[in-house]
Amino acid sequence: MSRAWVSFGAGLVFACGLAIAGMTQPGKVLGFLDVTGSWDPSLALVMVGAIGVYLPVYRVAMRRGAPLLEPEFALPRRKHIDGPLLAGAGLFGIGWGIAGFCPGPALASSAAGMPAAIVFALAMVAGMILHRLAGAPGQDP
Amino acid sequence: MESFTPVSALLGGLLIGASAATMLLVSGRIAGVSGILGGLVRPARGETRWRIAFLAGLLSGGVLARLVYPQAFADSVHRHAPALIVAGLLVGFGTGLGNGCTSGHGVCGVARLSKRSIVATLAFMATGVLATYVCNHVLGGRL
Repeated sequence: MSRAWVSFGAGLVFACGLAIAGMTQPGKVLGFLDVTGSWDPSLALVMVGAIGVYLPVYRVAMRRGAPLLEPEFALPRRKHIDGPLLAGAGLFGIGWGIAGFCPGPALASSAAGMPAAIVFALAMVAGMILHRLAGAPGQDP
Repeated sequence: MESFTPVSALLGGLLIGASAATMLLVSGRIAGVSGILGGLVRPARGETRWRIAFLAGLLSGGVLARLVYPQAFADSVHRHAPALIVAGLLVGFGTGLGNGCTSGHGVCGVARLSKRSIVATLAFMATGVLATYVCNHVLGGRL
C-alpha cells in the first residue's frame, strides 16, 4: 500500500516540478531547442537542478545496497550502445522538436486540459503500442 | 519570444530531481515517464500498481498545477493536429525503442553516469535541435 502512495506522491511532485520549470509550455521547450533562433537556455537549468538532487541520492542509495520498501533495485542492466538506442533516441528527439512535448509534460498537460497535449499524448500511447506490436527490442525497467 | 527564467527552471528541476530520487531511494525504480507508461503496454507481474500510482500522481499534479498556476500551460506554438500526431507517434515509438526519454535518460540515467543514457541524451538533444530548426526556420513554423 505505502509503495503505491509513495509513487503517487512522487508523480504529483514530478508534475508540479514540470509546471514550475516551464516544461509544460511547448513554446518554452522549443525556445530551448531553437539554438539558432532566440535561444532560451532556461531548460538546461531544469536538468542541472534535477541531476543535482538525483546524483548524490543515487550514490547514497547504492551505498545502502537496497531501497527502503523493496528487496532490491530495478535498474537498467545493459551497458553497450546499440542501434536501437540511437535510433530510438533520435526519433524521440524529432518528435520532441516538432511538438515541444516529451512524455511527462504531455501527460501532465493533458490532465490540465491542454488540447494539443491531449492529441499528442494519444498519438504517443499509440506509438508505444506500435512499438510493442512491432516486436522491437524490449523495455528495460 | 520566451525569456530566460533561471530561478523557476532550477526550482522545477529540483522538484523533478526530488521526485525521481524518492522513487529510487524508496522503491528502487527509475522515474522515467516513458518507461513507466510503456511498462503498462507490456505488463509484468508486480510492476503495474506502482506505475499506475505514479501516473495517477502525474495527472493529478497536472490538474493541481492548472488550478493554482494556469500560466504553466500557455500554448504559444500552435501545431496542427497532423503534426502533433506525427510527433506523438515518433515520441511513443522512439522512447520504446530507445528505452527512455528526457526523465529516464536525461535526468536519472545521466545522473547515474550511464554511458547509454548520456549517448541517448546527446542523440535526442541533437535531433530535437535539428527538428526545431527545420520547423521554425525552413518551414517557417507553419505545421
